[in-house]
Amino acid sequence: MLAQSLADGILTGAIIALGAIGVSFGLQILKFANFAHSELLTWGAYLALVFVAFAGPGTPTAELSFGWQMMAAMLLAALLTGGLAWLVDLLIFRRLRRMGSHPMSLVFAAFGAALVMRHVVVLIWGHGTHFYTRELQIAIEVLPGVRMLPDQIFILGLAIVIVVALHLYLTYSRTGMAMRAMAESPSLARACGIEVENVIRWTWILSGGLAAMAGVFLGLTPQLHPEMGFSLLLALFAASILGGTGSLAGAVIGGLLVGLAENLSVFLIGSGYKTAMPFLVLLLVLFFRPQGLFGEKS
Amino acid sequence: MIGIFSYLVFFACIVLILGVMTLGLNLQWGYTGLFNAGVVGFYAIGAYAHAILVTAPRPDLIGNFGLPWIVGIAGAMAASALAAWIIGLATIRLRGDYLAIATFGIATTIQLVTLNWDSLTGGAQGLPAIPRPLSTWFGSPLGFNLFYLGLLIAIVGLVYWALERILRSPWGRVLKAIREDETAAIALGKSAQSFRLQAFVLGSTLMGLAGALYVSFIGFVSPFDFLPILTFQIWAMLIVGGSGNNKGALLGALTIWGIWAASGVLIAKLVPPAYAAQGGAVQVILIGLLLVASLLFRPRGLIGEVPVVSRHADD
Repeated sequence: MLAQSLADGILTGAIIALGAIGVSFGLQILKFANFAHSELLTWGAYLALVFVAFAGPGTPTAELSFGWQMMAAMLLAALLTGGLAWLVDLLIFRRLRRMGSHPMSLVFAAFGAALVMRHVVVLIWGHGTHFYTRELQIAIEVLPGVRMLPDQIFILGLAIVIVVALHLYLTYSRTGMAMRAMAESPSLARACGIEVENVIRWTWILSGGLAAMAGVFLGLTPQLHPEMGFSLLLALFAASILGGTGSLAGAVIGGLLVGLAENLSVFLIGSGYKTAMPFLVLLLVLFFRPQGLFGEKS
Repeated sequence: MIGIFSYLVFFACIVLILGVMTLGLNLQWGYTGLFNAGVVGFYAIGAYAHAILVTAPRPDLIGNFGLPWIVGIAGAMAASALAAWIIGLATIRLRGDYLAIATFGIATTIQLVTLNWDSLTGGAQGLPAIPRPLSTWFGSPLGFNLFYLGLLIAIVGLVYWALERILRSPWGRVLKAIREDETAAIALGKSAQSFRLQAFVLGSTLMGLAGALYVSFIGFVSPFDFLPILTFQIWAMLIVGGSGNNKGALLGALTIWGIWAASGVLIAKLVPPAYAAQGGAVQVILIGLLLVASLLFRPRGLIGEVPVVSRHADD
């Protein structure tokens, strides 16, 4: 039981981590709590559904319930969601930045954007649930007492690859370095000749892309619904604040811890309160270590 | 004709109840700069506290004391004040958007408690048959609604008057000073934390009052009355109406709820019942667009804050 919960927690955690990276980018680079980020997960999942509806999920490959078409759909959805995130910035957030609005105005605007984005999904795809594939899968015993679906193992592996690639990008590419410089100090970054608007654009595109992949993974395990992203919002914030908004590793470890806490909490407080667990974690962190586990005290 | 009239009475009652909540949020955000994203949580505490205190006893529930209406109102305000005080002690020192995330989480947790603590809250079924004040005196629903409208006008008038008075007092000026420049306020010897906590508790008490007024009007309470979307609607009311101005808060409640109700009626007429979910989505999209448009094109809101200059400035 415990081992199984650990495995489930790591899987949920990996998905939360991918979403939480975008929230961290928001807090560090864009300097506001983006309450609309969770809707990018939902949009990514549904955009992939559009491609799956055209091309099909593909013939099941190996033990998986889908073929390469599903992965192509995920990449296209990631590109489009990155574009969507940038578009929302162009239409709303950039204008507010230029108006010199109150910093919290960005958060209010995110409330509004989230309402619109979530309900446009309802408008197009309806309230009900959708599936990428109805292929049945048999769980494999990966360790004694721990069963996982082949899809879940695949998702976990892919999430690790994505995080490593992102780490390399942030460490070695010019844009990645510029993003980290912005996170440290926007005015200093500007003084060093970094094009701030350019960095902001790439931040949105990356956040959107990562959110879309998290959304597709959520949709694969096992279904899509219009509130799928929104119901993770607290977990995303908890993970990114828990990890400390200073590093990529922070968001990833934060995500894993929140996923584990959620799944292990069933033993402690019962499944009815499972969704409150990220919040309890968050409250403890804010109270005892507001800079996060890995953040530096400002 | 009578149908439209009784609908308008009902509509006005809801606007006034939402108005009390918006006034509470205005005290927190508009005057003190506290970002409470858990409005619906305090509203729920007030609603349930009232329902539990006044509803007739039932063997399967631990609450339900059958107490008089006014005790329910006072209890609801006390319960939400106490909750706000405890939550405030833990969170009030957080920077703006962190406070928003924390309070958002609190509201989610409160909703989970109302859903899962069956023996107190009736769980998903909620609590039915909440007595409405003096309802036996009135023969028709419209008669009661008119009476309740009068009651609400009196309560909103009282709340408005009291808020205006305290905000013009030295206490209110300290709140504004903290909002504008916390360091300066502290340098002048004001304990920013303690004033912020007071404003947070007082605003949340008003939200609790609104919850109690709502359930004693509707006569029923269920966890599904307290979804997060209500918080965002109240924020839209404050931003669109004009934060930092109590008249703006009330005007915002009227405007947003007016648009919400009118678009609902229109959609019900135009959209076939099979697409009711889509129609509901359009209603929410409208509110979201209105909030964003207001921030972009009229950041002060319909009637925003009025600049106040000291009356000694001319000397």
